[in-house]
Amino acid sequence: MAQPSTPAPGTPGLLLTADDVTRVVDRMAHQLIERAASSGGEGDGLADLVLVGIPTRGAPLARRLAARIEAFTGTAVDVGTVDITLYRDDLRTRGVRALEDTRLPDAGIDGRLVVLVDDVLFSGRSVRAALDGLRDVGRPRAVQLAVLVDRGHRELPIKADFVGKNVPTSRAQQVKVRLVEVDGEDGVGVTDA
Amino acid sequence: MPEALKHRHLLEAADLDRDDATLVLDTAAQIESALAGREVKKLPTLRGRTVVNLFFEDSTRTRISFELAAKRLSADVINFSAKGSSVSKGESLKDTALTLEAMGADGIVVRHGASGAPHRLATWVAGSVVNAGDGTHEHPTQALLDAFTIRKRLGRLDGVRVVITGDVLHSRVARSNVRLLHTLGAEVTLVAPPTLLPVGVESWPVTVSYDLDAVLPGADVLMMLRVQAERMNASFFPSAREYSRRYGLDADRVARLGDDAIVMHPGPMNRGMEIAADVADSPRSTIVEQVGNGVSVRMAVLYLLLGGNA
Repeated sequence: MAQPSTPAPGTPGLLLTADDVTRVVDRMAHQLIERAASSGGEGDGLADLVLVGIPTRGAPLARRLAARIEAFTGTAVDVGTVDITLYRDDLRTRGVRALEDTRLPDAGIDGRLVVLVDDVLFSGRSVRAALDGLRDVGRPRAVQLAVLVDRGHRELPIKADFVGKNVPTSRAQQVKVRLVEVDGEDGVGVTDA
Repeated sequence: MPEALKHRHLLEAADLDRDDATLVLDTAAQIESALAGREVKKLPTLRGRTVVNLFFEDSTRTRISFELAAKRLSADVINFSAKGSSVSKGESLKDTALTLEAMGADGIVVRHGASGAPHRLATWVAGSVVNAGDGTHEHPTQALLDAFTIRKRLGRLDGVRVVITGDVLHSRVARSNVRLLHTLGAEVTLVAPPTLLPVGVESWPVTVSYDLDAVLPGADVLMMLRVQAERMNASFFPSAREYSRRYGLDADRVARLGDDAIVMHPGPMNRGMEIAADVADSPRSTIVEQVGNGVSVRMAVLYLLLGGNA
């Protein structure tokens, strides 16, 4: 597996190395455990918790968070994914695209604490679409949002509850999260493209 | 994998290459799993789009299936049947099309008794045209839902041996299936009395047989076609009984199929003619399943054709 190294001038600026990503995910897992315990569920609240990833990269991220929570507490938490393509508001301007998996735990999401997981929080439109999607599936007790990177520039009144790293960017820049499960390596970079 | 279809219309199975056809099937599978077990089986994807079901021929399942598919994607649906419309006053297909065009139809799902009518229609309107069956020509969404059903049951299409039996001559289902299944890598055998095979069938990518019993043991899929009584204006076979004995599927023939082989029928069935009632209701039969799959596949087609900036 290629380790991202210090970028040479003109190559994508590196925000998080592979080790950083691991540390950030661990920290977010701890925060999720704490929050679940104080969010009004039974016991440690983890039985109530469902991590729902937004494809593409939110899905493996949700699975990683669940694996870390299990490693720290010994409790397995439910994981799912919700594809937002059919709920997007930009299909007409950007065209249709292939759909990705939607899979929710057999126990459903009714009355549970759902934490949406995504890689980058930008305009907030993906999260809006995911919230619409969840509404058609069931009625969670509460929905929270966890993102690996918050890069600002919101176009909707949406705020993350768990943020791995806040990154001030300009609108023109691109933030690219790479995960082993999808891209073969971990890392977060920013380009001026 | 492509993200969108290459053509704006779906007029015949040949409009879809292997990538396109796979995209439709994959999209249908994703839609199906996204809606499974949900209380609200509705998606907002086509909100504000208008789909017209333009049916010049009778249909139960296809029209309802398209209507349900469009409604589940939140499109506005207008059902138009030739009966009780200006068509019965002599309005032409073109004038009907231009009227619908003026009303802003984004998608037109058309069934017509004349082969090629959807192709003509497609040249007159700005929206996407989906062929829901034209004469004895094609019925591409039926072929898509059949392929979807086979893939779901058997897990693959490549190398699957499909036997299509019955009135191939008049069957748009057979034409579309032959084309699409060939595109997707299945091996198709047609079985019919010589009088019910079309001229030029030797140029199709199929094997032809006149003996159903000979091909039964090697079949993964047995697709029975309806004997179309309404098109039987000449003596294509001596009697219904003889047809049934030689080309009908009864329990005895089913017993000679492989263990995993499935039995399909596009409907509507003539029970006791091309298929015995107990065969149609057996676990091998996918006939009811095909109807459900039809909605998912048509949702996929409507999404891919109308969802974007077409």
